[in-house]
Amino acid sequence: MSSSMNFDETTAGIPLTGLTPAPAQQWGAVRIIPLLRAGSPGDLRLRPRKVDAAAVDVGDGTAYFAFMPHAYVMQWTDDGQPLAAYGAQLHARGSHTPTRQTPILHRMAKREDRNALRFVPLHLAMEGFLALHFGGPDVAWHEYSREALASGLSPRSERAVPGLWIAGLEDALRVFEIHDDQVGVLVFVADALASAFVVPHPDDYLQLHRSLLGDFYGELLFQYGLLYREVQSFDLEIDARTIDTLEQLRTAVASGRRLWHQHSLLMTEGLLARTTRWQTVYRAGQFRLRRFIGELHPEHEGHIGEAIVRADGTLEYLKTYRLSAAQVRRAYLLERLAKHDWHLSRCAESFGDTVPALLVRLRNAGFGYLLKPHILRGL
Amino acid sequence: MAHEDLVVFLNACFACTGQREFYSDGHEQTVSIAFLHDYIRGNYRRLYARSLAAGLNHFNQGRIVLELLSHSKHLDPEDRREEGQLCRAALAALPPQRAYRVLLGLRERGVNNRRTRAIVREFLAQRPDLAFDALKYRSKLHGLVRHAHPKLQGELGPFLARGWHARRYATALLEQFRRAHFSADAVYDLPFTVAEGLAARHRIDRKQFLKRIGPRLTAAERLRLQSAASRVGLDLEIDLGRAPLTRVALYALSLPAEERQRRSEELHAALTRSARRCLAGAPLPLGRVACVLDRSYSTTGSRDKPRRPLAVALAVDTLLATAASEYQSFWTGGPLADPLLVTPRGQTDLATPLLAALETRPDLVVIISDGFDNDPPRGAGEVCRVFRARLDPERRTAIVHVNPVFDAPHLGPRPLDRSVPTVGLRDAEDLATVLAFARFADGGLSLAELEDYLAVRATELVRRHAPAEPPP
Repeated sequence: MSSSMNFDETTAGIPLTGLTPAPAQQWGAVRIIPLLRAGSPGDLRLRPRKVDAAAVDVGDGTAYFAFMPHAYVMQWTDDGQPLAAYGAQLHARGSHTPTRQTPILHRMAKREDRNALRFVPLHLAMEGFLALHFGGPDVAWHEYSREALASGLSPRSERAVPGLWIAGLEDALRVFEIHDDQVGVLVFVADALASAFVVPHPDDYLQLHRSLLGDFYGELLFQYGLLYREVQSFDLEIDARTIDTLEQLRTAVASGRRLWHQHSLLMTEGLLARTTRWQTVYRAGQFRLRRFIGELHPEHEGHIGEAIVRADGTLEYLKTYRLSAAQVRRAYLLERLAKHDWHLSRCAESFGDTVPALLVRLRNAGFGYLLKPHILRGL
Repeated sequence: MAHEDLVVFLNACFACTGQREFYSDGHEQTVSIAFLHDYIRGNYRRLYARSLAAGLNHFNQGRIVLELLSHSKHLDPEDRREEGQLCRAALAALPPQRAYRVLLGLRERGVNNRRTRAIVREFLAQRPDLAFDALKYRSKLHGLVRHAHPKLQGELGPFLARGWHARRYATALLEQFRRAHFSADAVYDLPFTVAEGLAARHRIDRKQFLKRIGPRLTAAERLRLQSAASRVGLDLEIDLGRAPLTRVALYALSLPAEERQRRSEELHAALTRSARRCLAGAPLPLGRVACVLDRSYSTTGSRDKPRRPLAVALAVDTLLATAASEYQSFWTGGPLADPLLVTPRGQTDLATPLLAALETRPDLVVIISDGFDNDPPRGAGEVCRVFRARLDPERRTAIVHVNPVFDAPHLGPRPLDRSVPTVGLRDAEDLATVLAFARFADGGLSLAELEDYLAVRATELVRRHAPAEPPP
C-alpha cells in the first residue's frame, strides 16, 4: 500500500444502532454482555468458512501474513482459493512429492458471486491498522534510512494472542447462556473490553459463538486473564426492612433489575464513545463493509475493528480488537510524525521534547530501522 | 459442626456421580467428591457407614462400600459387624454391574483380607444365577475370582478359565455361549450385551440382529435401543410406563421436537404412569404445591449427562403433579403450553417465576435449578431471604431448593440462599427421600436426630437384605 488508509468519515463513537444490551453474565474474570435484536430481517447472512491461507494479497503489491483460522462469507458460495509455490524447490524427475505450497487469499474482501462477499474477519481491520502511514516519510529528510525512504515501513508487524490463550475465556464462552434473539456480545476480561462482536442474524450467532476463541486479542487481555481470577459480581440486594407485602418485594426486584441493567449499559457506553475514523472497504447493495480505527492516544484504550452497516444505519456486523498499549503508542508516534511531515525536530517540539528523546522513543517503539544507523549509535 | 459436615456430605452424595457437569469438568468432580468421602470416613466412621442407607445414588453407595472395606484397621468388633451387614445389604441392592465394579475396586487398591473375602463370598452366594453372571459379567467375575478366590460351583471355574475354547459344557447357558462362537443362530439365546459382540463377529446385519434379539432385551436395553432401532427402520415394542421416571423423561427429551409433539399424548401417559408407579413405592403425600422449574441453557448438562438437569425438572414436574392435591408449575422464561416441548434456552431468571409461585400461597414451593441464577445475579436468593425474614417468618410456606447438579468447587449442590435448604437429587424417583432430608439441610434438626434418622434407615436396609434363615 503506497499511502495510508483513506478515511471517509469520522464519528464520535460506534453507535450500537438496533441492538439492545441484555444483562451481563460473568464467569471468573470474564464478563459477557449479550446484544439482542428483535426480528432480524435475515436478508443478510454470515457464514464461517475454514481457510488455510496464511497470506493475503492485498491488491497493491502488499502482502499480509497472519494466522487466519476462518473467513466469513456473506451468503454461501463454493470455495476456490489459489495456491502459490513456497520458495524454489528441486524435484527428481518423476517424483510425486507435491510441491510445498502456501495458499493465498486474493484480497481481504472479495466478491465471489453476485450476492456473496468473502472477507477475513478482524484481519481486515488489522491490515488497515498496519497500513497506517505504511508509505513512510513523504519528505526525504536526511535522518531516514534509504530503505525507509524507498519501501516505507515494510515489513511492519504486530503481535496478538489467540482467544484460546486467554485464561477462562473458553470456559466463559462454554457456560454462557445464549438468548433466543441474540446477535452479538461484548466480551470483557477483568472489566476491560476485549472485543465487541455482532452478526446479522441469531442463527449466525449460534454458529459463530465459539469462533470468538479462534479470534485474536490484544496482549493486555492475555495478561489480565492471568492476573485476575474473578471480577466482582453485581448481586441483587434488597433492603428487607422496607418490604411488607409480596407486591413490594416484586417492585423491589424490578427496581434492582433496572439498576443492574443500567450498570450493564454503563459498561457499553464508555468504550465506543471516542472519535472513530472509518473507511469503506466494500459496497454491496444497501450494505457497506467498513473498517475503523478509534482514537489513538497513549493514555486511552484504543480499538480497531470492522463493521457492516445497513443504509439506514443499523449495525449488521461488528468485530473489534483492543490494541495493546505498545501498539497504541506506535501508531500514535507514526500519526504525530506524519502530522509534522516526518520532520523530527518539529515533531519533537510538539511533544515538548528534544530530538534525541524522540529518537529514543522511536527506537524503543521498534522503528529504529527507519533511521540511519549512525544517528542511533550516539544515543 | 458434625451436623453441618454430614449434611454437606449427604447432599453431595445425592447429586454427584463424578461425571462432567455443565459448569465443571469430570476431574474437578472426582477430586471434590473423593475429598468429601475421605474426610467423612476419617472423622465420622459410624455415620459414614450408616449413610449407605440414606438413599444416596449408586455411584456414592459403591464408593462408601469401597472406602469402608479398604480402611478397616482398629475397628470395634461391634462396628465391624454392623459395617459388614450394611456392605452386604448395599452390594445386594446395587445393580450387579456396579456391585462387581466396586468389588473389583478392591483388587485395584490391593485390598485382600479375610473380611473382603467373606464379603465377596456372601455377595456371590446371594446372586440368583451365577452362571448368567459368568456370561454377562464375565471379565468382572473372572477378575473378582482371581482376586478373592471364592469357591465356585460346577463348571464355572473351567468356564471362566477357558471360555469358548472348552470342548463342551453340561450347563445349558454356558454351552450356548460356546456354540455362539461357531454358529450365528446360537447368538440369539444370549444376553444382549454378550450377543452384540458376537453378532459383529458373525457380521450379522444390525436390523436382523435387533429384530431377533428383541425378546431377550431387558427393559433398560429396550429403552436405550429405541433410537438405534428406529434408525434401521425397526419398531422395538416398549412399555414406556414401566421404565423409571427420569429415564422416560430423558428419552422424551432426546426426541426431536416434531416427534415429541406428534407422540405428546403417549409420552404424557407414560410419564404419568411411571410417576404413579414410583409413588406407589414411595408415597409423597403433599397438599398445595408450587414448583419453579429451570429451563435455562445450563440445563443442557454435559456430554456425560446430556439434558439431565432438564429431564429431572420434567420428571419432578410430572411427579408433583401426580402426587400433590393442588399443583402449579412455573417455568423460567415464561409459561409453557406443553412441558414436553421444553428446550434448554436462555438466561436463568428464577426470581420472576418464584415470585409468581409465592403469590399462590402454597404449602410447599419446590425450586428445581442448578443454582446459577444470573438474571439478575442472586435474584431468587434475595427473594427467598426477604420472604422468609419479612413476609413469612412463621414458615407457613416451606421452600425447598432441589439441585440436580453437583458444583465441585463448593463441595455440594450450589445453594440459592442460607434461608432455604438446598438438597441434591440425581433421579426424580428419589424426591421423597431428599424432601425428607431437606429438614436436616434446613438446620432445624439436631445431630442426634440425624443420627437417629440414619440408624433407623440402616436397620431397615439390613433387615430387607438379611440372608434367608436356613431351614431348621
